[in-house]
Amino acid sequence: MTDLAQLSNVLGAWYDFRDLNNLQRLITEWIAEWGPDWLASIVTGVLGALGILAVIGPTLLILIWVERKVISRFQQRYGPNRVGPKGLLQPVADAVKLILKEQLAPRAADKLIFFLPPVLIFVPGILIWGVLPFGPRMSVADLNVGVLFLLAVSGTAVLVIFMAGWSSNNKYALFGAMRAVAMSISYEVPMVLALLTLVVFSGTMSVNGIVEWQQQEDVIFILLFPLSAIAFFFAASAELNRTPADISEAESEIVAGYHTEYSGMRFGLFYAVELGNTLVVSGFIATFFLGGWWLWGLDQWVPSWIILLVKTGAVYFLLIWTRGTLPRLRIDQLMSFCWKALVPATLLFVVVAFVERTLLISEGWDTTVALPIMAVFNIALTLGAIMLFARVARPAPLRRPARIRMAGTEIGGLRAARQVASRTEEPQFQVGGD
Amino acid sequence: MTTADDARLGIQEDSHLAMQGTIEALTTGDGSEPVVVNLGPQHPSTHGVFRLKVTLDGEIVQDAEMRIGYLHRSMEKLAEERTYTQNIPFTDRIDYLAAMSNNLAYCLAAEELLGIKVPPRAQAIRVMFAELQRVASHAMANGTFINDCGAWHTPLFYMFRDRERVLDMFEMTCGARLTTNYMRIGGVAFDLPDELLPTLESFLADMPDRIADYEALLMENEILHARARGVGVISPEMAINSSLSGPVLRATGVPWDLRKANPYCGYENYEFDVPVGEQGDCFDRFLVRMAEVKQSLKILRQVIDNLPDGPWLADVPLHARPEPGEAYARVESPRGELGFYLVSDGGPAPYRFHCRPPSLINLTALKEMSIGGTLADAIVTLGSIDIVVGEIDR
Repeated sequence: MTDLAQLSNVLGAWYDFRDLNNLQRLITEWIAEWGPDWLASIVTGVLGALGILAVIGPTLLILIWVERKVISRFQQRYGPNRVGPKGLLQPVADAVKLILKEQLAPRAADKLIFFLPPVLIFVPGILIWGVLPFGPRMSVADLNVGVLFLLAVSGTAVLVIFMAGWSSNNKYALFGAMRAVAMSISYEVPMVLALLTLVVFSGTMSVNGIVEWQQQEDVIFILLFPLSAIAFFFAASAELNRTPADISEAESEIVAGYHTEYSGMRFGLFYAVELGNTLVVSGFIATFFLGGWWLWGLDQWVPSWIILLVKTGAVYFLLIWTRGTLPRLRIDQLMSFCWKALVPATLLFVVVAFVERTLLISEGWDTTVALPIMAVFNIALTLGAIMLFARVARPAPLRRPARIRMAGTEIGGLRAARQVASRTEEPQFQVGGD
Repeated sequence: MTTADDARLGIQEDSHLAMQGTIEALTTGDGSEPVVVNLGPQHPSTHGVFRLKVTLDGEIVQDAEMRIGYLHRSMEKLAEERTYTQNIPFTDRIDYLAAMSNNLAYCLAAEELLGIKVPPRAQAIRVMFAELQRVASHAMANGTFINDCGAWHTPLFYMFRDRERVLDMFEMTCGARLTTNYMRIGGVAFDLPDELLPTLESFLADMPDRIADYEALLMENEILHARARGVGVISPEMAINSSLSGPVLRATGVPWDLRKANPYCGYENYEFDVPVGEQGDCFDRFLVRMAEVKQSLKILRQVIDNLPDGPWLADVPLHARPEPGEAYARVESPRGELGFYLVSDGGPAPYRFHCRPPSLINLTALKEMSIGGTLADAIVTLGSIDIVVGEIDR
């Protein structure tokens, strides 16, 4: 009876749902009453991981629906609206179809390496969620080198992609894999540099620490380092293979890139991980540059994870928007944009961050005065850098104006028409116009 | 690694030599070997069953070979077994994205062979539908071109709205949307329905805004510029020597438009301009098509304002037997010069039925345009030529 009383006590008590960590604390305290300490930490760790897994699955299904619906609206269509209310069950129907489909493998494929990637691709896709803080104490692992962990884990995905592309024994897949490797290696540099700016300025490599720094200083990093935010956004969308940088699975060129030969649920897994990565990267963009779970005191009233989800949704919408609007760049253009524009720009901002951090720490400047000044300076610097790029570093043909002129009454135009009509002369045409 | 693999890679018994053998088998002198990649016959970018075999050095196209014939339906031979009127539906299926233009070209050739004079109302209706077809076809061409540049179908779906409206007008006039079978020898099959002209009026009223939308989205789009400008360039001389026509030729700066150069159906009475490009690259082809849509709307406006009354079909026997002889008629289809060559031996069916398809002849320049560019450039160039495989293979 005491157990039951305790349980009703627990249920009756107002456990603050602003912080889901309270739930974990409850379990920890309960285990600590009768068990050893290590059991409590293991159980909470496993529970955290299971929680992430339990959240990701349904979220992916909803995301597929959201993405298809939003893209449809961009394209003047309805999108899925047949299965279930508002088409919400369409992703479920698709998943069932994919699971039931035959799993084909090319005869010439390297079977073991061909079968592994759809499973392995899930590992970085899940691990990366571990360091995303949903609230002040709400991350599965609040590592003190969280930023490093994030970059290291996301870097391993490219190995799996190359395995998929190479083992398929298909030229499209190989091209896709080669492009993916080249892109990942290149775009990781501006990504690292953009995050280095934040690490240098806030003095912590913990993801939650960066959010807490933004909370303490009452500023979000997109205002302080806008160019780093833009560079990170672009580099992330390139790493995620999304338009305008989806060259590694460019549909009109190399069919489906590295996963051309995967059928059924194997393809479905690649697709799901891609969407999940898009979501988690949106979450990290929101965390690093938009203040994460913190929003000028609103996090006192609204659950912090809802704030993070709203910000993540905004970034995700931006990613869908660019995908629905822009054409794709060519691989050499993407490479030159990375190395000639993003890397120097982010490097410049690392230096700027060093200088400003030194001014704050060594010179002891007052942050309430110094930070707004720095923000204005950095925004001006960003605009200047973008304008410099637009004027100087753009590829040459873009600067030439493109125009169409009207042939009017030139030869081949009306005059020739009259000539032919009167049958006096054969029409002749002049080469090159004017 | 199996023995078969060893043999394939040229691996010797001796391990030291084996390593050398492997490297030599996989590489040539400069450390690389060209890769042959098939784009098609089933491929997202080939707009039908067309196969482009490219030899790639890395991403650079060294050679491009076009393989056609996957959609061959032997229409020219079949047409020799059918009467002149029965052949009209074949022309729908030659260029299924510009059926009206194909109907028109064939009927012009048959009329020339039979010596038939077409009533003025039929002439005006023919011009109206040929220009509507141009609007629809260019919408499709530009949309798929942007798609080949990698846009995720959005411009295509926007342009499809306009095409749908045109196809609705086709449907209300002749009951079919794609394979219209509307033109007849001596005129058109049906008079305009009452509801067509108001629909066309509202279409003409809406289109300038739509085109302004597309221009705002696409004309200054940096990525589109980066992808299409300076890509797939062909010189005016080469274009003329390759016998190119249509927007592909005009994009190089050659002002050649059959509606001006050899007017038919009374095109000499309408006021319109021929837009020409400057560079002869993919972007110019796109711009020329956009400008041509505007000119087509201008012609449509004039057609509505001066639509004559009277019969819409001349008195032509259903199974006409023309005198022995030959005739060639050509029109400016959305893709270029579309010609039909008919030979009569005095019988009810043509002795020879030949089509000069602009898609096939424009496609011959693809190799010239794509060598030296990247694989992605070749795809964009193919999209900018605007081929219809039904017309290439017939």
